[in-house]
Amino acid sequence: MEYILAHADYLLPHPDGVTPLLTFIIFLPLLGALATLVIPKTELRLMKAVAVFCTVVTFLLSLVALSNFDGSTHKMQLAEYHSWIPSIGVAYFLGVDGLSILLVLLTTLLSILVVVCSFNAIHGMQKAYYSCLLFLETGMLGVFLALDFFLFYIFWEIMLVPMYFLIGIWGHGRKLYSAIKFFLYTLFGSVFMLLGILALYSFNSTGDYGTGELTFNIIELINNVRVPTEPIFVGLSSQDLIFLALFLGFAIKVPMFPFHTWLPDAHTDAPTAGSVVLAGVLLKMGTYGFVRFSLPLLPTASHNMVGFMATLAIIGILYGALVAMAQRDMKRLIAYSSVSHMGFLMLGIFALNPEGVTGGVIQMINHGISTGALFLLVGIIYERRYTREIAAFSGLATTVPIFAVFFAITMFSSIGLPGLNGFVGEFLILVGMFKTNVAYATLAVLGIILGAAYMLWLYQRTMFGEATTPENQTMKDMNFREIGYMLPLVILMFWIGLYPRPYLNLMRPTVDHYVTQMQERHAAERYDPQRATRQASHDDEADADVPAEDR
Amino acid sequence: MKVLVWLIPILPAVAVLLNGLLGRRVLRDKAHYLGVGSVGLALLCALIVILRVIVDPQHPIEAKLYPWIFAGSFSVDMGLMVDSLSAVMLFVVCGVGFLVHVYSVGYMHGDPSYPRFFTYLNLFMTSMLVLVLADNYLLMFVGWEGVGLCSYLLIGFWYERRSASDAGKKAFIVNRIGDAGFILAMALIFWTTGSLAYHDVFAAAGDHKITTGIATAITLLLFIGAMGKSAQIPLYVWLPDAMEGPTPVSALIHAATMVTAGVYMVVRSQALYLLAPVSMDVVAGVGAFTALFAASIALVQTDIKRVLAYSTVSQLGYMFLGCGVGAFTSGLFHVMTHAFFKGLLFLGAGSVIHAMHEEQDMRRMGGLRRHIRGTYDTMLLATIAIAGIPPFAGFWSKDEILASAIKGGHVLWWVLGLCAAFMTSFYMFRLIFMTFRGEERFDPEQVHPHESPPSMLQPLRILAVLSVIGGVIVGIPPENGLFHKFVAHAFHHHGEHAAHTFHFWPDVPLMLLSTVIALGGLYLAYLFYIQDPERPKRLAEKFAFAYETLLNKYYIDEFYDAYIVRPVKWSTGALWSVDARVVDGVVNGFGAFTRLYANWSGIVDRWVVDGAVNGVGAVIQSGSRAFRLIQTGVVQNYLLVMALGLFVFATIYLIVI
Repeated sequence: MEYILAHADYLLPHPDGVTPLLTFIIFLPLLGALATLVIPKTELRLMKAVAVFCTVVTFLLSLVALSNFDGSTHKMQLAEYHSWIPSIGVAYFLGVDGLSILLVLLTTLLSILVVVCSFNAIHGMQKAYYSCLLFLETGMLGVFLALDFFLFYIFWEIMLVPMYFLIGIWGHGRKLYSAIKFFLYTLFGSVFMLLGILALYSFNSTGDYGTGELTFNIIELINNVRVPTEPIFVGLSSQDLIFLALFLGFAIKVPMFPFHTWLPDAHTDAPTAGSVVLAGVLLKMGTYGFVRFSLPLLPTASHNMVGFMATLAIIGILYGALVAMAQRDMKRLIAYSSVSHMGFLMLGIFALNPEGVTGGVIQMINHGISTGALFLLVGIIYERRYTREIAAFSGLATTVPIFAVFFAITMFSSIGLPGLNGFVGEFLILVGMFKTNVAYATLAVLGIILGAAYMLWLYQRTMFGEATTPENQTMKDMNFREIGYMLPLVILMFWIGLYPRPYLNLMRPTVDHYVTQMQERHAAERYDPQRATRQASHDDEADADVPAEDR
Repeated sequence: MKVLVWLIPILPAVAVLLNGLLGRRVLRDKAHYLGVGSVGLALLCALIVILRVIVDPQHPIEAKLYPWIFAGSFSVDMGLMVDSLSAVMLFVVCGVGFLVHVYSVGYMHGDPSYPRFFTYLNLFMTSMLVLVLADNYLLMFVGWEGVGLCSYLLIGFWYERRSASDAGKKAFIVNRIGDAGFILAMALIFWTTGSLAYHDVFAAAGDHKITTGIATAITLLLFIGAMGKSAQIPLYVWLPDAMEGPTPVSALIHAATMVTAGVYMVVRSQALYLLAPVSMDVVAGVGAFTALFAASIALVQTDIKRVLAYSTVSQLGYMFLGCGVGAFTSGLFHVMTHAFFKGLLFLGAGSVIHAMHEEQDMRRMGGLRRHIRGTYDTMLLATIAIAGIPPFAGFWSKDEILASAIKGGHVLWWVLGLCAAFMTSFYMFRLIFMTFRGEERFDPEQVHPHESPPSMLQPLRILAVLSVIGGVIVGIPPENGLFHKFVAHAFHHHGEHAAHTFHFWPDVPLMLLSTVIALGGLYLAYLFYIQDPERPKRLAEKFAFAYETLLNKYYIDEFYDAYIVRPVKWSTGALWSVDARVVDGVVNGFGAFTRLYANWSGIVDRWVVDGAVNGVGAVIQSGSRAFRLIQTGVVQNYLLVMALGLFVFATIYLIVI
């Protein structure tokens, strides 16, 4: 342990060498989950207090992590390493860098909000509910902080369980169908991802393509494994195949077209907290996977797949937006808008330049904030009316003016109005993609027109007009608790929109490092000496009958 | 000075925040203290800043705050800049803005959403000021979208009305189409010049680092943005509908300031446009056609605000025509004079509507001169100004544009412009005559026209003065007046073409021609609406098709609805069924297949696999049942079997051997 921590040049020395801060961050919610389970069923207030306490302390701990974070380097920080299953090279290895720090903060912040927003929304089996939420938080944080593929995979899979229960037990509508669909669909992808991981692992364990060591250490793998780029199967190289395996895992999670259909069902039928976490954090695990693993581990395949990925992303953007426009259920509309936004995000990542990737990463945060906020707002309506049917609402701007303001700001943040957070990411993505491929950028720009159309239409149908039905005339406006949990998100929307500097600074070294590393690798692989020799020998054969002196 | 520059947009922003938080509960009908006060202070700051620029126009004021967005090689600052071009816009925005705020105190008095109105209006001021003060394209785009947002909010201010919220939505979406072009233009500018700051971009353009092809692409994309914001063909359709908003909003946003943002952007980017002759032609052509097209629609409209709306579209066309033929400064000059007289016309129309108890149809007006003399006088001055009768403001700027067109050899654009000028004069005097002259066509029992309060009339008077003298003071001699000399400082470093000098030939005859045409329009309007009010009706019957076409605005809205809006709506539904049936169908099909397979394997498992196991058991069981018969337990039987066995083996042994 000491050896890795002290000698790996990809790690920044731990500030004090002992405090397992990241472990605390990951497992404090789990502790809370267990604590909630032993609280008697009748002690609802205590249960909620414990849940709030755990999420708040976790958030504070993540702020401590931020204050100890050195934003000037791409290296992994606050690392913890313990050997776990030495025979196959599995370790308990955690660390944080510019890519994950913001996602961790987003997760811990959203976790507080979803606990608070559930106070009045959940009626049955509250004990199990809060316990699931906290358990879920542990899973999500583990995914972002794990630096060992094995550990990563465990967190990735374990997180499905609480989410499955959240949808299946406390959901609405066809909740069982949606829960099972979510679980099986994601699991289906994960299995391919596991295959990809194992392939990488075994490539590294051979001396030819890696160090010959058995290790699941993600950074070691990134630094050492070189997956061959020669075509081996219908024109695809080993890199391409592993890329596709990981792609299935991540793309289903994102979700990218055409693997998105679990999302509208899961979103619509989940309780508010479930939808918020799903949109805010779970989807980001897919994009995080692409940036963290696919790009650096498979640079040439990533380059080869730009057209494929961008096409799916653009279809997602336009198709998601158009289908969103046809929805009659608010949550389903927002769910499809997510498909569209996540397409943007993927487009940025596969611009494969610092501008696009930065845009993609900041957009992960932005989408978490904006779409999370949208689901919270729909939750507020649902608690009052038990319906999300757009047609059931009208003229709410008069009845619930505060809500209308929050909804408007969130909507404009979601459609990327400059000055609010969404624009920063969207613009960087478009600038990045424009350099890579003008046509893709031009097509994607159409998405921002459609985005405005479906959101403004939703707003018009629900908020504007006259409040005709008695329910619409007497709806209660947001209370202090609701304003309280919406306010942090709205502040973030303005903050990131007007002064994104601290956020961009945090991720800059990491993103730059990842992109440069990938570009260099790709360049090296294109001219890899092995292939060069083979090419040369091939040329020799072709030139064999030419007299030697002519050459 | 840096602080002062930043204060200009921040002051209204603070008012937005306070009004937004306190307006509904605390301030209520006192919301205008904050609203008007903040804009007044901003105007003061602006005047000081403008004075500084007038004193030393060579050195723009730069006020950078911090790096705003950056990634990889991309970087854009949060920075403002005031040069002579921004100073002109600053004057127009703050000046007209302040007057409209004052006017709104009277106009919006008593509206239940009074604080909300000032919140939006101040937010608009902030956005518009950011737009004109930004020192780079991206920050300009923030203002650009910000004003679009405010336009959306203010058009739909009375959101209970379906038509109002529809119009707001339409404005935002149509503008977004333009914005898409703007965004792509910015991406292209960045990858060509490595920056989005005006200073760097224009320096690169000046050093000819941008090829003609790239410059053409950039400028055309930018112009798509301008077409959206400044309501040019084919994206003008939102502006007439925008009249659903309260009238002060129409004056400020949809006449004087926001809609001229596109012109400002083109003038600002002239270094790029000058590299792209094709784009210049496109700008001039679109401008000229729009000028004529919109003017022709305005001829027959009967809603007082709609006439003014189409007039605005038409005048914006003039501004682009000016830019397109290379007379950027003349285009900007027209922005300024237009802000004065069109702002005044809208505010006057508001006063009329106010007097008529929210009546907007000119067919139910007439003879109002007697009742609202103050409004009539100021509006008449503005009408003379827009018609282009010297020495009023509109004459100087419009004449410069037309003169530049013909002198640059653009005969077709010039002819179109002249035709539009004739129509302008006609429809404007038609408006005046139908509204204020002739007999009273309203029911005196129901409507008692009354003059507006001083808070509404004073702004009218100030704008009237500006409409009269605003052109003559800074516009003489044409193309080389104070205005031109001042604005030229913003472009001196990249070689604006040599200053034009005024010559008797052809300038004076051209001026005379303009004047004659304007008076011709006036005379025709007199013939039609004063001398014989039945004449237009007869003409409309005679040329029913032309009349209907104009009245229905060439059926452009219907065209868009049929060929764009409906197909998109249809495709959303179609795609949704594809999503549910095909894309999700595959997933569910996969699930169903798995279940089916599972059932089959269940059957196979029970009958084949398990069957085999059970079969083995059964065989053994029945076999053992047979064998059980042997186990009798009687020793004699065993002995017998043994003896028999021995006998059999012995026999075999003997035979084989």
